[in-house]
Amino acid sequence: MGLEFKRVRSTLVVRVSGEMDMLIADKMRAEIDKRIDDKNIKNLVLNLEKVTFMDSSGLGLIIGRYKRISAKQGRMFIVGARPQVEKILFFSGVNRLVPLYKNEQEVINI
Amino acid sequence: MNVRNYVRFEFFSIPENIAFARSCVAAFASQLDCTLEDIEEIKLVVSEAVSNCIIHGYENQPNKMITVIASIDHNGVLEIVVEDQGRGIEDLTRAMEATYSSDPTRMGLGFTFMKSFTDDMQVDTAPGKGTTVRLRRSFLKNEEALA
Repeated sequence: MGLEFKRVRSTLVVRVSGEMDMLIADKMRAEIDKRIDDKNIKNLVLNLEKVTFMDSSGLGLIIGRYKRISAKQGRMFIVGARPQVEKILFFSGVNRLVPLYKNEQEVINI
Repeated sequence: MNVRNYVRFEFFSIPENIAFARSCVAAFASQLDCTLEDIEEIKLVVSEAVSNCIIHGYENQPNKMITVIASIDHNGVLEIVVEDQGRGIEDLTRAMEATYSSDPTRMGLGFTFMKSFTDDMQVDTAPGKGTTVRLRRSFLKNEEALA
């Protein structure tokens, strides 16, 4: 698993690579939360371009971060999900809470 | 027995082994001429079943055993059995409801995924007696189409 963080003003961009299952979700949770708890961070962009697998543990991680960001009145976006990951996001209805975009540029243009 | 091929393996109940289990079953299933999408769905259901054993069956105790059995019969049906000897499920009907989870940080979609991406799911469980999940998926159409 790889995690790369980038900050654009009040938005935290997290680029994830690997397979988002229970093992990875547990590790990601702590890493992301300590950064989004920073009072200067309001929004979260999760870049899933390099995520090759996701199960319900990965979805749980996304929903948990969505709740945290919403509690701060921030917004969360997912970008770059591959078809197999996108299918799971749609199937679970996560896309209705966290909108999906093609790439980071698309979100920055909003 | 109408079984064409069979594998059985067991491993400790730690999250590191979830990827191992789903990759093994996916590799085994790949002899069925299934599509990449089929393989992704098989990986997903195995991942959900094994995660359930770790989180719910054994409540994250690391040195318990999980057994996975995969078999293919002569009709092109893949059967995946995932077993634990953990605490079992008290209220199976409730556990199978989408979005019900005994753990509030989780989504409760495990059984929903397993049911949705297979043709048949059977769960054998009793409190204190462990849980066995049996998933079946037919690849007959794929094989016939290629024949």
